Amino acid sequence: MITIKDLKKAFLNALWFIFLTFPIMVMKVNTINDTLIWRWMNMLYIGVAAFVFTLLGKIYTVRKANRSEIVKPSLIQIVNSKMENKKVRYSSLAAVVAIVILYPFLMSMYQTSIMTTALMYVVLGLGLNIVVGFGGLLHLGYAAFYAVGAYTYGLLFYHFGLNFWLCLPIGAVFSALFGIILGFPILRLRGDYLAIVTLAFGEIVRLVLENWNEFSFGPSGIANIARPMIFGQKLKLAQVTNFTYFIAVGLTILTIIVIRRMESSKMGRAWEAMREDEIACQAMGIDITKAKLTAFSMGAVWAGIMGVLFAAKTTFINPASFTTWESIVILCVVVIGGMGSIPGVIAGALIFILTPEYLRAFSQYRMLIFGIALVVMMIFRPGGIIPKIRRSYQFAADKEETQEVEA
Amino acid sequence: MLKIKNISTYYGNIQALKDITIDVSEGEIITLIGANGAGKSTTLMSLCGIVPVKSGSIEFEGQEISKMNPDRIVSLGISQVPEGRRIFPQLSVRENLDMGAFLRNDKDEIKKDIEYVYDLFPRLAERRHQQGGTLSGGEQQMLAISRALMARPRLLLLDEPSLGLAPLIVQQIFDIIKKVNQENNTTVFLVEQNANMALKIAHRGYVLETGKISMTDDADKLLANEDVKKAYLGI
Repeated sequence: MITIKDLKKAFLNALWFIFLTFPIMVMKVNTINDTLIWRWMNMLYIGVAAFVFTLLGKIYTVRKANRSEIVKPSLIQIVNSKMENKKVRYSSLAAVVAIVILYPFLMSMYQTSIMTTALMYVVLGLGLNIVVGFGGLLHLGYAAFYAVGAYTYGLLFYHFGLNFWLCLPIGAVFSALFGIILGFPILRLRGDYLAIVTLAFGEIVRLVLENWNEFSFGPSGIANIARPMIFGQKLKLAQVTNFTYFIAVGLTILTIIVIRRMESSKMGRAWEAMREDEIACQAMGIDITKAKLTAFSMGAVWAGIMGVLFAAKTTFINPASFTTWESIVILCVVVIGGMGSIPGVIAGALIFILTPEYLRAFSQYRMLIFGIALVVMMIFRPGGIIPKIRRSYQFAADKEETQEVEA
Repeated sequence: MLKIKNISTYYGNIQALKDITIDVSEGEIITLIGANGAGKSTTLMSLCGIVPVKSGSIEFEGQEISKMNPDRIVSLGISQVPEGRRIFPQLSVRENLDMGAFLRNDKDEIKKDIEYVYDLFPRLAERRHQQGGTLSGGEQQMLAISRALMARPRLLLLDEPSLGLAPLIVQQIFDIIKKVNQENNTTVFLVEQNANMALKIAHRGYVLETGKISMTDDADKLLANEDVKKAYLGI
């Protein structure tokens, strides 16, 4: 199974890794005594580890190739087929609901708070998923809409004392408007060019917020924004954390329902066709301008809503929260989760946002781990954690025929 | 039905069409033949609004369409089979057909039309759940034609349906075009390089040379014409 050639390759790999990691793993400068410490044992470990992992990888691929004749159902297919059973489906649904409701009462405030953040990213991911996953338009400036929402609430509260609930729809509308404003100049752009312009748009919004002191108070931001209230009643900190959590849950459910409806609507089909082929799309009589603008504005709406929630949750906003990095994190959530797949994006957001919180001990290695995770994902699961399953709608008469075909 | 009057189209500074005038009456099959780069596809794209026309007018059933958006033109009853097929590769055959009926809301009629195109091309019925991108070239062309038919067009524009297909399949596709024309009284505007095949099924033909119409006549007369024979039929 393993040939001499493979051993040689693994050996070369090991050498390469030793060379790559030599400066950071072997050499260490003691800054107090100004001496250089050589950690030769590290070199050995890395060499052995690289050698073993290369061989394991090889064994894995060989096995996979041999096994390919027997197609084993994937985990997702197993779960899906189990879900067909009504009993299983309802009981698992009930379990999820129970966990979601009880979560803030069983967990500490800190846990509730990070779960709220994760849920916000679920909504952001689902929103960006409209643009990237359905419409196929690569958008690198999504955080700008998030900023628009947050500043809408921040400024309206500061100047006019408007409350959270009122600002929620206003933030959504403003973001949608910004989506349309961004949409117009880029109607004719595609692919890389589109990515660059959206990236620039994100930066423009951030820079304006940072430098226009009279309007947005520059880098010092807006502080003491009111947290969400119930019927004008101020809540204690612990209560408000739980309350914010439930608002996030509510908005997440709303987003999922609305986006599911959108996906199977006429507009959703137009988006999908647009992703596949724009010229053919026009030949079908789809108004491509309208399709693009709605994709941008419908995606932006969710970022606006989450911006308002973000401002209310942290009570302080400044431009540093809406950098390009933020856009990239949201994009990663969508891509890693599975483009166009709603459960995928949910899973992606939860994993992508919660894991770093629980792995605070390794926070120095976070970027390294992200990088490795992305590369590994692209090799082994290019479709994302839960790839999109194309739902093909069928007429009743058609269904019987399909079953025959499958049987 | 369709009156193209003296249209000129430019790509930047380059003039692709010079004073083209074409008349299409209802129920006809009209073919536009010509060599590479003569402007056949440009004529078609100007017609459906994808490439803007600089001067001249295009009238469809008395309505000026040369300044309209492509999607409006489709809604008037003109649907096109774009060059190189351009089916939606990740959508299934069935979904591709549904996209063709995007502007229609009459579910029962759509269902009937799907059955109709399945009858025209039984191969598509066999592969209705397969992704469009996994079909062979000929099947993709069948799908592209069927998809255009799903809009129930009164005028069907076809851009090089024979492109890259085996002669047998080309024959089959041309037979179907003729059949659709006869059965539904659908007017067909066919742009082709394969002049021989196109002229055999068409009623009338136009010959395009470097952006100008150089000849127009009944299809059988063009087939017999010495110049056409030499230039386009390779006889």
